[in-house]
Amino acid sequence: MREQSDVARFEQAVLPHMDAAYNLARWLTRNDADAADVTQEAFLRALKFFGGFRGGDTRAWLLTIVRNTCYTWLRRNRVNELATPFDEEAHSGESDDPETILLEGADREMLRQALEALPVEFREVMILRELEGLSYKKIAGIADVPVGTVMSRLARARKRLRLVLTSDPEGGRK
Amino acid sequence: MSCEGMQNLIQGYADGELDLLGNLRAEEHLKDCAVCARDLQNHQALRLAFTGESLYFNAPPTLRGRIRSAVRASGNAEARPGSSSWRWMAAAASFALVAIAGWSLLLRSRPSRDELLAQEIVAGHVRSMMAGHLTDVASSNQHAVKPWFDGRLDFAPPVEDLAPRGFPLVGGRLDYAGGRPVAALVYQRRQHLINLFVWPSADESDDRNRMVVRQGYDLIHWSRAGMVYWAVSDLNLNELQKFAQALQNSASRDDRRLKR
Repeated sequence: MREQSDVARFEQAVLPHMDAAYNLARWLTRNDADAADVTQEAFLRALKFFGGFRGGDTRAWLLTIVRNTCYTWLRRNRVNELATPFDEEAHSGESDDPETILLEGADREMLRQALEALPVEFREVMILRELEGLSYKKIAGIADVPVGTVMSRLARARKRLRLVLTSDPEGGRK
Repeated sequence: MSCEGMQNLIQGYADGELDLLGNLRAEEHLKDCAVCARDLQNHQALRLAFTGESLYFNAPPTLRGRIRSAVRASGNAEARPGSSSWRWMAAAASFALVAIAGWSLLLRSRPSRDELLAQEIVAGHVRSMMAGHLTDVASSNQHAVKPWFDGRLDFAPPVEDLAPRGFPLVGGRLDYAGGRPVAALVYQRRQHLINLFVWPSADESDDRNRMVVRQGYDLIHWSRAGMVYWAVSDLNLNELQKFAQALQNSASRDDRRLKR
């Protein structure tokens, strides 16, 4: 039957992107159980909309749905996180002379924490760029913002992460 | 050399987002500017920090199984002989391309509004059973459930506790049907759950009970006092009718109380 093959087509085209879906949901919800629920809901929504999918980048299409499902979830459960401002003050310690980041194993954990601490709209562009390797244009499509906004969010988020990675744990400069 | 306005260029260069001219411009500048060269190094170091598995969350195997079976079950619930909503959407898309030929196809294969709704209601019921998302507010107290919808919907769904009639209220949640957010109230009868979907009707006319069977689920829908009701359950039809009856009796008692 036609409908059966739609499900089969969905399984073949969309289910392989489950890691990408879960990874984004996990970074946006910052919690294993919530990420699992949101991912499952996103897949059921994706199945519902699959008939209207015109083809193209399936992963980007799925990630758009995951991202929207995450925001619905955040609005319902963590509405204050959506209002987190990007704290420009945190940049004040950065000197004009940029230092080179030297990454040791221990810094990986600092990077993880710093990413989690970013406001959600900055976190999502970093995840889509650095962990999914998506282009500015595709990120703009997923986050529903202009390419320029993607670029400035990436720049600000990276500046923040760089600051964390070049600071010692006491917060002073190396 | 001034680095004002160069940050975007360097970032674009590091991300491989520039065209040929942009790349040349960036490389030209990087040759002469130690500050921007350091900036690029930092971009590359940060990139390196993201590589490897440690920051990537892979889907746990249990979730894979859960989603696989949820997709299968949902696909089965929404699939039915004849035209599905997917096929209708496909027909709508082709309509734009072949207006004349598509027209007759669309007319022939468009399911009725009630038919589409019945599919959505069954799919909503099935999803609520398997996604671990039966209720957003779990309470048998109608005075706790009703206010929960305040601010979440643009209408106030009537919430009745039918425990005295053998249908205790389990809770409520938000759902989506007929192209709008709707209230879903969950009632219980022994081991069976009933989803009651409620939203404001487009017109004020009351509509008597209509019964539909889809995918082994019985559905009863009616409209009354400006609200549309769809009840769905795996309960036998007889008991589901009793449920609808109990709900309507309870509502008319309220009407009389108001008029008195």
